[in-house]
Amino acid sequence: MSAGGALSIRQVTKVYDPEGVHVVAVDNCSLEVASGEFLVVVGPSGCGKTTLLNVIAGFEELSEGEIRLDEGPLALPGKQVGPGAERIVVFQNGALFPWKTVLENIAYGPVVQRRMAKNEAQRSARELLRQVGLEGIEESYPAELSSGVQRRVEILRALINEPRVVLLDEPFRGLDAVAKSVMHQFLLDMFERTRCTMYFITHDLDEAIFLADRVVVMTTRPARVKLELSIDLPRPRDHRVLGTERFLKLKQAALEAVHEEALKAFQAGERELA
Amino acid sequence: MAKRWLNRHALRGLVSIVAFVVLWELVVVLKLPYLKFLPLPGQVAASLGQSIASSAYWQDWELSLGRILVGFLAAQALGITLGLAMGISRTARRFVFPIFEVLRPIPPIAWIPLAIIFWPTTSLTIYFLVFTGSFFIVALNVLDGVKSVDQSLVRAAYSLGAKPRDVFWRIMLPATLPYVLTGATVGMGVTWNVLIAAEMVTSAGQSGLGGMTWAAYTNGVLPVIVVGMLSIGVAGYLSSALIRFLGERFMPWRRRI
Ligand SMILES: Nc1ncnc2c1ncn2[C@@H]1O[C@H](COP(=O)(O)OP(=O)(O)OP(=O)(O)O)[C@@H](O)[C@H]1O
Ligand SMILES: [Mg+2]
Repeated sequence: MSAGGALSIRQVTKVYDPEGVHVVAVDNCSLEVASGEFLVVVGPSGCGKTTLLNVIAGFEELSEGEIRLDEGPLALPGKQVGPGAERIVVFQNGALFPWKTVLENIAYGPVVQRRMAKNEAQRSARELLRQVGLEGIEESYPAELSSGVQRRVEILRALINEPRVVLLDEPFRGLDAVAKSVMHQFLLDMFERTRCTMYFITHDLDEAIFLADRVVVMTTRPARVKLELSIDLPRPRDHRVLGTERFLKLKQAALEAVHEEALKAFQAGERELA
Repeated sequence: MAKRWLNRHALRGLVSIVAFVVLWELVVVLKLPYLKFLPLPGQVAASLGQSIASSAYWQDWELSLGRILVGFLAAQALGITLGLAMGISRTARRFVFPIFEVLRPIPPIAWIPLAIIFWPTTSLTIYFLVFTGSFFIVALNVLDGVKSVDQSLVRAAYSLGAKPRDVFWRIMLPATLPYVLTGATVGMGVTWNVLIAAEMVTSAGQSGLGGMTWAAYTNGVLPVIVVGMLSIGVAGYLSSALIRFLGERFMPWRRRI
């Protein structure tokens, strides 16, 4: 399918409500994501991960800095491209359209972009479902599916557009361990196949290291990059990698960084309360 | 299996109706205080038979249903449009909402005197009252619907390459549809209340099911009063059933759950 895009986040600052409450969510944050890289972002709750993702997606404007995708500018202060199908978001709580069937959901992108006629788009949606072994649910409505299947459909709905980047904001939060592990396998499978760039947010360090080429640990709010960990585990990976010494060592390093930041966040909270 | 289940429920329903009729008969035959003027079930049945055979009775039906249809559809059309406008545009909301706040708490029936004075014909008066009965409910439900559209769905659509126009037609509208249905269901209930009250007050000869019931009262024909009441009940039930049916027809994703 598509080739990935390189994402360049340069000294980005995002301030919510600058005239009023003035919440600095992201502060002078720089981050390069290589084309075809699987990047996972972790960090304390409320540190600004979603904010940065929303800026990349074009849902929020940035206050300072600049974001580029393959050297094309996405966002500058006061000027931004807005959301677009070359960087598709997969949401935490799932955002399939409840009134559309699985097939219509997956076909939505190509149809709404007027890239394909409806039945052509549905034909490739059907083909996509077949390739991943999900045939039989074409005519179901999202509410009739388990949340694991819903998530997979949502990922397919993104991938059918051959995006350059997929932005995933804690997409597997709330799934049980078994469903999560199925999802990981599915996502890695899709990643191998499409090689589009993945920008993935999570709180789950096992998940982070299992999926990533690189894990980025964010500081407590305002978000900045605290630590970058290259994950040199060989691909393709399966669950057995979770027990290896290398894995545990990487996890330890990530855990220490996250813990330090969480502690800072906690102390800052106490100071605010005092 | 499903059939037996249905039958058992149907049977219970039948038993309760029979018991009710027997009780009714007893109340009248035993001449209980205050209730002794009730017509007997048999009298009502006979009177119903006569009504069904007469064309005047069906004209009343036609008149009432026509009024509901016109007033209700107008309320839907304007209510949905205004609700959407208020939901999407803050300016529209700021202009319209204060008026709503003042007018909405007025019970529709309280509009009757003014409506009679304003509108030249009985029909127009009643259309207007029926309209008023559900307009506010519809508009406010739609406004509520637009405001509670899941923002992730809107963002997902933009992310997939939708333009604002696509988001309005393909996301906002379907997401608001359940609220339109709620508005229609509640509005329909109120609409019949208002219609019957209006027909009773403005009753001049031939005037729908409400007028027919009121005329039976002034003429002292007790069985016909009951026939009128029953007819209104059936008409209200049928209207609600129709809305339910349309709701399932247009929102198949909710039916299958
Ligand atoms: N629209 C907004 N207006 C003002 N402040 C906001 C807004 N959205 C988020 N914030 C604040 O910005 C900070 C960062 O929020 P964000 O959602 O980006 O964090 P997060 O890292 O994604 O957290 P979590 O891990 O809990 O998802 C938080 O303190 C939050 O309260
Ligand atoms: Mg978040």
